[in-house]
Amino acid sequence: MDLLRFATAGSVDDGKSTLIGRLLFDSKAIFTDQLESVERTSRQRGDEYTDLSLLTDGLRAEREQGITIDVAYRYFATPRRKFIIADTPGHIQYTRNMVTGASTADLAIVLVDARKGMVEQSRRHAFLVSLLRVPHLVLAVNKMDLVGWSQEVFESIEREFSSFATKLEVPDLTVVPISALHGDNIVSRSPNMPWYEGPSLLHHLEHVHIASDRNLVDVRFPVQYVIRPQSLQHSDYRAYAGQVAGGVLKPGDEVMVLPSGFTTRIAAIDTADGPVAEAFAPMSVTVRLEDEIDVSRGDLICRPHNRPAVAQDIDAMVCWMADTPLVPGQKLAVKHTTRSARALVKELQYRLDVNSLHRDDTATQLGLNDIGRVRLRTTVPLLADEYRRNRQTGGFILVDESTNRTVGAGMITSAG
Amino acid sequence: MTIHEYQLSQLDYLEAEAVHVFREVAAELERPVLLFSGGKDSIVMLRLAEKAFWPAPMPFPVMHVDTGHNFPEVLEFRDRRVAELGVNLVVASVPEAIERGLVAEEPNGSRNRIQTPVLLDAVEKHRFTALFGGARRDEEKARAKERVFSFRDEFGQWDPKNQRPELWNLYNGRIHLGESIRVFPLSNWTELDVWHYIRREEIAVPSIYYAHDREVFERDGMLFANNEFCRPREGETTFVAKVRYRTVGDASLTAAVKSDADTVEKVIDEIAATRLTERGATRGDDRVSEAAMEDRKKEGYF
Ligand SMILES: Nc1nc2c(ncn2[C@@H]2O[C@H](COP(=O)(O)OP(=O)(O)O)[C@@H](O)[C@H]2O)c(=O)[nH]1
Repeated sequence: MDLLRFATAGSVDDGKSTLIGRLLFDSKAIFTDQLESVERTSRQRGDEYTDLSLLTDGLRAEREQGITIDVAYRYFATPRRKFIIADTPGHIQYTRNMVTGASTADLAIVLVDARKGMVEQSRRHAFLVSLLRVPHLVLAVNKMDLVGWSQEVFESIEREFSSFATKLEVPDLTVVPISALHGDNIVSRSPNMPWYEGPSLLHHLEHVHIASDRNLVDVRFPVQYVIRPQSLQHSDYRAYAGQVAGGVLKPGDEVMVLPSGFTTRIAAIDTADGPVAEAFAPMSVTVRLEDEIDVSRGDLICRPHNRPAVAQDIDAMVCWMADTPLVPGQKLAVKHTTRSARALVKELQYRLDVNSLHRDDTATQLGLNDIGRVRLRTTVPLLADEYRRNRQTGGFILVDESTNRTVGAGMITSAG
Repeated sequence: MTIHEYQLSQLDYLEAEAVHVFREVAAELERPVLLFSGGKDSIVMLRLAEKAFWPAPMPFPVMHVDTGHNFPEVLEFRDRRVAELGVNLVVASVPEAIERGLVAEEPNGSRNRIQTPVLLDAVEKHRFTALFGGARRDEEKARAKERVFSFRDEFGQWDPKNQRPELWNLYNGRIHLGESIRVFPLSNWTELDVWHYIRREEIAVPSIYYAHDREVFERDGMLFANNEFCRPREGETTFVAKVRYRTVGDASLTAAVKSDADTVEKVIDEIAATRLTERGATRGDDRVSEAAMEDRKKEGYF
């Protein structure tokens, strides 16, 4: 059994909570005591029906205000796959939450209300999915029951969305007409929409091919931790632990260590369960090298003829997540793979209007939930790839050095 | 794992993620400690920590917040495991804290709430900056919003509305003096994942997780063991039943479930078929109110 991580996005009242409740309910991930507590709350509030969306309101403030504040993670499994849902709320902090949820997602579901069709928010959601390079996008056209299960309505939304999505280079788009409330096309194909020939939503989630989504070409192994037992039994053991960020590593491979540029070969790839013949993302392994060279945390192991940039000038799309704005001249801490550095904001090239995709090059700052293109100068070189090529070696976070809060997420567009 | 497909199984994925988290903390935070209660989640966590640094020993001690209300099988297990690994065990004792006046026994005898100050006191005394906990997001609503690296201020408090965004596999472990990070390597595991892993890795767990005969009585629809911490009240009669524990907490509050599952395989089948969450089925402490867990977490509980 493998695992699929997906994020959900929709405007308020498009039916996101109902859909998640339905997926959890139909896959039996909801337990009697959880259901009873939801029924009790629903009754106390005087709801006419059991509000499945209450299942996903975790914090008291959320229940009291009837809104969802923060990303929540939910779990369910079918005999084929385990699923992790990043449930990103639509009300406040939208961009920040969705960017966070999408950063680890293999797939994103964007919901629209069939009665309303594509709205400004749908464009924004699709854009964020593409910005974060989520490999698979599903447009779920919900509330089909309220438009008489109309094929025309569905197809016109599908056309409009598809033409927008091509501008965004969305690699894989699937469009499904559903009724989250009544369960149509969720688990099995709906008899109400015989004209729809595609898979049900759950069938698609179970079968979408994700094995080739990760980069298997460019060997990237950020060194996370040096393992030196210093015990009698393993007195000479020295190896480099980390999580593979790209490519396939094999013993015997010629490799280069950056930033030093030394070359050697992989002697063995160790795990606590014994050596392995190959390692690929996202395996956590320990690499032993043939030669004794100086390697430490923050270094990166790659192939001599396929290396990331070793760069202090970094261009990136940055999503800003703090109340105080990002401005040129500001200094921040950067965490990129296992490497930490300080960075100076050299330039804000433009701010992007996430609804119209218009670039405002007169912008002088990025406010909370703004996205823009930024040039950074770092104190030490980053070992960086373009984010579009590798999400692990192309993404970084920005941290405020005085408050220690995570204030931004960056996706590298070029490093030189 | 199917190597030719370059796709990890769900357990391999979860293991790789947890190992990454352990190493990240060891690399970035100065004085980590692993909370080890002898319960199944902390046992799995300990195995993952062992794997993360192999063949070197894990570079941090373990700590048990001892409520004094223990199942003897669990304490024995704790001591045996600690001795096998040769790790240092720190015990933060609630009875001892009551004696020296740090906390006072609650009227109902529950030590759930008062263990939090005891934990925080030990953190301060040993100057721990990172605490690994075995909590999972699937356990409880408030936990579904928890980060893998959960920032705590100098009072150990959790502020759910002000959490650090967590992107990719990049964790922000930066803190000021006195602050700390709670780290949850099992965030993305479910109860079933834990048991599948216990089976795959052939991990030993205390015997009370498997079905056995025990003298119990019924209270609030739950089965409590008749032991020194928990005696039947008037009108409650004891009887012997075949039971097992799904969670192991304070022995005065943790209930057993009727079960015939005396092997790992049977436990997995039983959990796959159950219609109650592990906390709903067995934890008197979480039934108090909808927000009980959230409140305790804000005060510094795990
Ligand atoms: N008729 C109909 N109503 C729906 C459907 N899905 C959701 N709803 C209703 O739309 C309202 C908003 O749904 P909710 O899931 O809370 O939306 P959210 O804000 O996106 O989470 C609720 O009253 C739902 O019952 C659907 O497929 N058909």
